[in-house]
Amino acid sequence: MRAPVILVLLAALLLVVALLAAGIGPYPIPPHKVLTAMVDHLAGRPDGVVDTVLFQIRLPRVLAALLVGSALSAAGAAYQSLFRNPLVSPDILGVSTGAGLGAVLGILLGLPVWLIQFLGFGGGLATVVIVMALAHILKGGGDILILVLAGLVVGTLAGAAISLVKVLADPYNQLPAITFWLLGSLAGTKQQDVLAIMPVVLVGLAVLLLARWRIGVLSMGDDDARALGVEVTRLRLIVILAATLVTASVVAISGVIGWVGLMVPHMARLLVGARFDRMLPASILAGGAFMVAVDTVARAATRTEIPLGVLTAMIGGPIFVWLLARRRRVLS
Amino acid sequence: MSTLSARDLAIGYGAPLARGIALDLTQGSVTCLLGPNGAGKTTLFRTLLGFIPALSGAIHVAGEDIATVPRARLARHLAYVPQAQPGGFAYTVLDLVVMGRTSHIGAFGTPARTDLDRAIVALETLGIADLATRDITRISGGQRQLALIARALAQEARIIVMDEPTASLDLGNRLLVLAQIRRLAAEGLAVLMSTHEPEQVFEVASQVATLDQNGHFETGTPGSLLTSARLSRLYGLALEVERTTSGRIVVSRGLAE
Repeated sequence: MRAPVILVLLAALLLVVALLAAGIGPYPIPPHKVLTAMVDHLAGRPDGVVDTVLFQIRLPRVLAALLVGSALSAAGAAYQSLFRNPLVSPDILGVSTGAGLGAVLGILLGLPVWLIQFLGFGGGLATVVIVMALAHILKGGGDILILVLAGLVVGTLAGAAISLVKVLADPYNQLPAITFWLLGSLAGTKQQDVLAIMPVVLVGLAVLLLARWRIGVLSMGDDDARALGVEVTRLRLIVILAATLVTASVVAISGVIGWVGLMVPHMARLLVGARFDRMLPASILAGGAFMVAVDTVARAATRTEIPLGVLTAMIGGPIFVWLLARRRRVLS
Repeated sequence: MSTLSARDLAIGYGAPLARGIALDLTQGSVTCLLGPNGAGKTTLFRTLLGFIPALSGAIHVAGEDIATVPRARLARHLAYVPQAQPGGFAYTVLDLVVMGRTSHIGAFGTPARTDLDRAIVALETLGIADLATRDITRISGGQRQLALIARALAQEARIIVMDEPTASLDLGNRLLVLAQIRRLAAEGLAVLMSTHEPEQVFEVASQVATLDQNGHFETGTPGSLLTSARLSRLYGLALEVERTTSGRIVVSRGLAE
């Protein structure tokens, strides 16, 4: 099937999943009622309980899941092209670990939720800035391998600091909160959280989408990309900036969610091929749909919320093994 | 008319590998670069292509200093064919060749119908149109090399720099590529290629450049530069350049004196 057709189908899938997800929960709403309630809401005649459930609780969370899935998948796809490696995840430069450190510090200090989120966002940004600075000092920032190693070192340090915070935390109140945050969840997500991160996420995604052809050319390697007419150093900086902003933003409200940014781009590549200008929009749509579905399972499958990181790892692990098996076949 | 000219060039990473390099690539010419491993052929190429700065001197492409010209504009004049590497993403051959069109595509654009058409023409020119939908990680090294040459053709640059374009090719594809290189020159392009086979030089080149271990750089015609004495000095062992009765040039290990 042709790529544009698949993109339209993925967009349709995303809408259907979001519509169903909005209806699922302790107060079930059939899809057609979700639609009429939305029309009523927009027309300025909200329909009591249904309207409250939808617009105060369900839709902010569905939108949050959509943003989280799309952002992580887009950042993962961009980094895979940038680092010329299909096994790279958005966290390669330590953004999630840094965000984790910021957030758990906030929890340790007993700060309000908005400040914890802000510290998460800031921690993610600061970590990547430190990694870039370190790579720059070591070798002009032009070497991909140095960048990866700097990310590994700073990420490990941030991880160690998180462990230290866990040891210091009050084991009855703070430690469970820290653990839950590090496993990822959208349980407490409010409308204002979504509205706060949405502009940054949309701008970051727009930048990646606009530059999508040249980001794909980056996967040919620095010399090739330069010879083909790409300003490699500048574009790399732009990609890292955009990917870091979107990842840090969503991690600030969702906590750390692994596997999505690694796995979804692979799925997208299977669906529309390796060309980045097609694979990126496919990743954004599929990642959004995947995360909305996973979050619906997380909140509706059992009486207590299942951490998102647990679910994505349970789904991602087996799929990853399958991908590796496929890769082996390719190599042999 | 010269399309690429290098003047008083010093190349290297920090310490100069070679200095005083002067090179002119003219339209309709093929220049072969010869030299032993480690002499700095790749460094010279990387400098000429603007990947690394020259330590001193200047390189002009189509009259503009490459140190200041934007990448996309340089790419419309100067294309590069690297040695084929295995691995990478599973692009189709057509995907790879369309990437040659990047400098013709706007900063926020994607390939248009005409870009795809140009890519297909490039594939047809090299006789590999049947590979268009194949996965580049699943074709042979030689086929990948041909695809990279097609990518440079799709770029529509007037100068093509090729890093050992025949190194990974079988005999048939080697002859095909050499014939294509001659044809490109006949159409007015300037080709600069490195090679480890002096015999090839006599088949395609109008100009030869040599770079030896001591950073000594020379240019000349194949006949003047590729003599037994000069080749022996270049590679550091006794070599004999002979012309066979059919007019072919054969380079062989010379007899010890």
